[in-house]
Amino acid sequence: MRVWLNKQRNLLDFSLSSLSRRRGKTLGMLTVYTSIVFVLASVMLFSHAIRREAATVLAKSPEVLVQRMVAGRHDLIPARHLDAIRGVRGVQSAEGRLWGYLFDPAAAANYTLMVPTNPRIEPGKVVIGDGVVRVRNADPGDLMSFRAHDGSLVQFKVDHAISRESALVSADLFLVAEEDFRRLFGIPAGMFTDLAVSVRNPREVGKIAEKIDAALPDTRIVLRDEILRTYESVFDWREGMLLVLLAGSILAFAIFSWEKASGLSAEERREIGILKAVGWETGDVILLKMLEGLVVSLSAFLVGYLLAYAHVFHLGAGLFEPVLKGWAVLYPKYRLTPFVDELQVATLFFFTVFPYTVATVVPIWRAAIVDPDQVMR
Amino acid sequence: MVFQPAIIALLLASMVGTLMVAASVPFAVGVLRRWNTASGSEAQLEMEKRTYLVSTLLVVVLVSELASLVLFVFNADRMSSLFVGAMCAVGTLNVNEFGFPALYLKMVVFFAASVWLVLNHVDSRGYDYPLVRVKYGALLVLAPLMAGAAGVQLAYFLGLRADVIASCCSTLFSGNTQVTSDKLATMAPEAALAALTLALAAVLVLGRRVLSSGKGAIVYALASGLAFVVALEAVVAAISVYIYEMPQHHCPFCILKGEYGHVGYALYLSLFAATALGLGGGVAALSARASSLAEAGPRIMRRCVGASMAGFALFAAVTVWLILRSHLILIEPERLLSILPGGQP
Amino acid sequence: MIHLSDVRKAFNQGKANEFWALKGIDLSVRAGKVTVFRGPSGSGKTTLLTLVGCLARPTSGRVRLRDRDISGLPERFLTDIRRSTFGFVFQQFNLLKGISAVENVMIPAYPLGRDRNELSERAHALMASLDIAAKAHSNAEWLSGGEAQRVAIARALINDPEVVIADEPTANLDSERSRQFLGIVETLKASGKTVLMTSHDPLVCDTAVVDHVVSLRDGQLVESR
Ligand SMILES: Nc1ncnc2c1ncn2[C@@H]1O[C@H](COP(=O)(O)OP(=O)(O)O)[C@@H](O)[C@H]1O
Ligand SMILES: [Mg+2]
Repeated sequence: MRVWLNKQRNLLDFSLSSLSRRRGKTLGMLTVYTSIVFVLASVMLFSHAIRREAATVLAKSPEVLVQRMVAGRHDLIPARHLDAIRGVRGVQSAEGRLWGYLFDPAAAANYTLMVPTNPRIEPGKVVIGDGVVRVRNADPGDLMSFRAHDGSLVQFKVDHAISRESALVSADLFLVAEEDFRRLFGIPAGMFTDLAVSVRNPREVGKIAEKIDAALPDTRIVLRDEILRTYESVFDWREGMLLVLLAGSILAFAIFSWEKASGLSAEERREIGILKAVGWETGDVILLKMLEGLVVSLSAFLVGYLLAYAHVFHLGAGLFEPVLKGWAVLYPKYRLTPFVDELQVATLFFFTVFPYTVATVVPIWRAAIVDPDQVMR
Repeated sequence: MVFQPAIIALLLASMVGTLMVAASVPFAVGVLRRWNTASGSEAQLEMEKRTYLVSTLLVVVLVSELASLVLFVFNADRMSSLFVGAMCAVGTLNVNEFGFPALYLKMVVFFAASVWLVLNHVDSRGYDYPLVRVKYGALLVLAPLMAGAAGVQLAYFLGLRADVIASCCSTLFSGNTQVTSDKLATMAPEAALAALTLALAAVLVLGRRVLSSGKGAIVYALASGLAFVVALEAVVAAISVYIYEMPQHHCPFCILKGEYGHVGYALYLSLFAATALGLGGGVAALSARASSLAEAGPRIMRRCVGASMAGFALFAAVTVWLILRSHLILIEPERLLSILPGGQP
Repeated sequence: MIHLSDVRKAFNQGKANEFWALKGIDLSVRAGKVTVFRGPSGSGKTTLLTLVGCLARPTSGRVRLRDRDISGLPERFLTDIRRSTFGFVFQQFNLLKGISAVENVMIPAYPLGRDRNELSERAHALMASLDIAAKAHSNAEWLSGGEAQRVAIARALINDPEVVIADEPTANLDSERSRQFLGIVETLKASGKTVLMTSHDPLVCDTAVVDHVVSLRDGQLVESR
């Protein structure tokens, strides 16, 4: 055991010394390797953080939504449906929600209008998201006016902005009072955009939804869990697609490693020949080269991952936002919550270290089997 | 579904591993037909060099199989949020009929690769490579096994359909892939723990005999295979319950999670290593029949069996610690004490 | 100690340029003596050394080391025997560039898993006994021919082999340095080592320390004394 440990240590020492002897080549390899890890890790960290962000937001949304459908399209829902819903056993509460979108020609941007119930907004005032603040340069006390559905002017006084921390989904928010909302869009009292239902026992969501569906045949019911699942898989899918696109770069990287490993210089070949002639075995040489590869892999992985971490969580992931976040004008400027996931690290390891190792096995073996008597001539 | 990063990684690993082993098949056939240690011909020298490549590749395969086993379970757990009714990895694996077979085949491949490497290790201690034909014959079996495992895994992932809202018309009860159950069939915890105690005791007794007399390594190998199955059953039926402290939660995978301090790794790594080494010890014992291995065979066999016993003992120790630490009382303490001591080394 | 019987070695076997470098050699090398292989360039001296020193396997014929037939051993076992029994000093010395002389000396011992400190002590002691202690930490490529050769000798001795093999040891040295080398051979012989050399240098073949001279031509033995 001691002998074995000593041997590993000696070989590791020697592999470090040979790596530092070929400084140029080692640094070149490390640079390419590190940037591959950096790109892939950035994609993964970023999409994962966004997904978590979305999930956190959704966790606060109602468990069941009821929307009225007319001719296959989402329509306003009458308040009387609320009574029918409250009558279903297991429903804890139900209330109407008002929300919609508003195009602001001054900013050429779409806002998401909502009517919060707790706390309510005073009529004539508005609370705006971070993105709105940016595009309109709005400060508390400023006035914003919009054309209502009938052409009349509706004015809002900015009350305050929503803090940056609460992130992704709040950037384009525009929170108004119920009266203002109805005036803006001409929605009569007693009509809502949709109904939010909360249930007593989360396990019964399915059953309750079924009952509501039976009682109100003109509605469709959306469960929060379904949205979550959709979100998850859509983001997974996007991340996966991106990785597939990046597969090209992984492949190029594997080929590059193969090249580098097999394009041993005459000097390196001579070295291996000498090692074998003075008593190293083919297996020892393979082990030595594998150790070299391991050292390069691990340091590139570590450095690349740390750089990606800094890029995503401290520098706002400048390189990827447009690709992964989608909607353009209002997109939020905020810090993602740092989060490292083991599965992700493991996956990333597979995407980088595994191709590298596989690509170098054959060239290493080729170099290691030179005949030891070759150095004699 | 296939576009998930972890799934791509798993498919990539299994495909590349299979390709590497498959690419060695023609060489293996060549060895079976033409190997002749006595000859100094260049063809023979070439073949001997080639054996280094194959064994290095197999090491890579073994490590990647082990890693992908962990990744597979991890990923299954993570994906459970995508399926109605799935709470953890068990649910995800139950989404279609290929889930558990894929997992089992991965484990079989892992053990096969580790046994092959022990065989390779023993063989390379014999100056005439006495087992070279056995070894490459075994490679011919390993290749289709790996291909099968890769295929079943692919079928599993292709068969996954998340319950997702279709873009415009949300269909209520989208659960067209209703997961049959999150539960595994389990036996009574007392019975499982008693069986575990018996199996571990048997393994340790047999192991002692192997170490002292050098005989019975094959029986030991069989016993460690059996102990592996019994131990997994015990994890499902009893040990996991102690960890979760919830009588109804029988999941062999959640114990790998951070919520439970990753304690599952301590259990599984020791168990898998112990079993692989136990099987390897049996192989080494069989190989000792070759005259050139008369010295190395038994030596390696002892080392394998000793390390394997240490692995099982570690598993037992972790188990006992988990049970003692738990706030859950499944079995009356007096009865527990009456069955436990035998399990301790 | 080493016995060869009907040893043949072919290069590029089965190809158009097949070449038999050795055509049936019968030879015994005795322990504790100094033996020189002599012959014109291309006569197969180096090839013969590689077979005796377990660097290569004969295409046919038998090589016995003491009582063990080693001609059929796979590389792994040949290496094992080689690193414990033989130390090599190559014609071009073959030191690794970019690392210090003392590291060069230690290299053959790395795979044996010896303790690092012990090893370094032994390397320094060997270098001191060969009068090159001062050069221990210079890089190998800065050494002169004679120094490089002595580093190579120290490297050959690091695993304490019974047999030291030197290929054309005086080809790259002037006569003064060649005589110094023969002095070293003498001390090696005095410490009980067997020494095997190739050379076509009369200075080497005719010194007193040499016990046997074996002459080769076209891969065959022509004379042995
Ligand atoms: N690897 C090889 N391939 C082909 N021919 C070789 C090889 N090695 C040596 N030879 C040939 O074998 C012959 C003997 O070589 P060698 O033993 O080096 O001679 P010497 O050392 O006596 O000069 C030479 O003609 C040489 O060309
Ligand atoms: Mg020569």
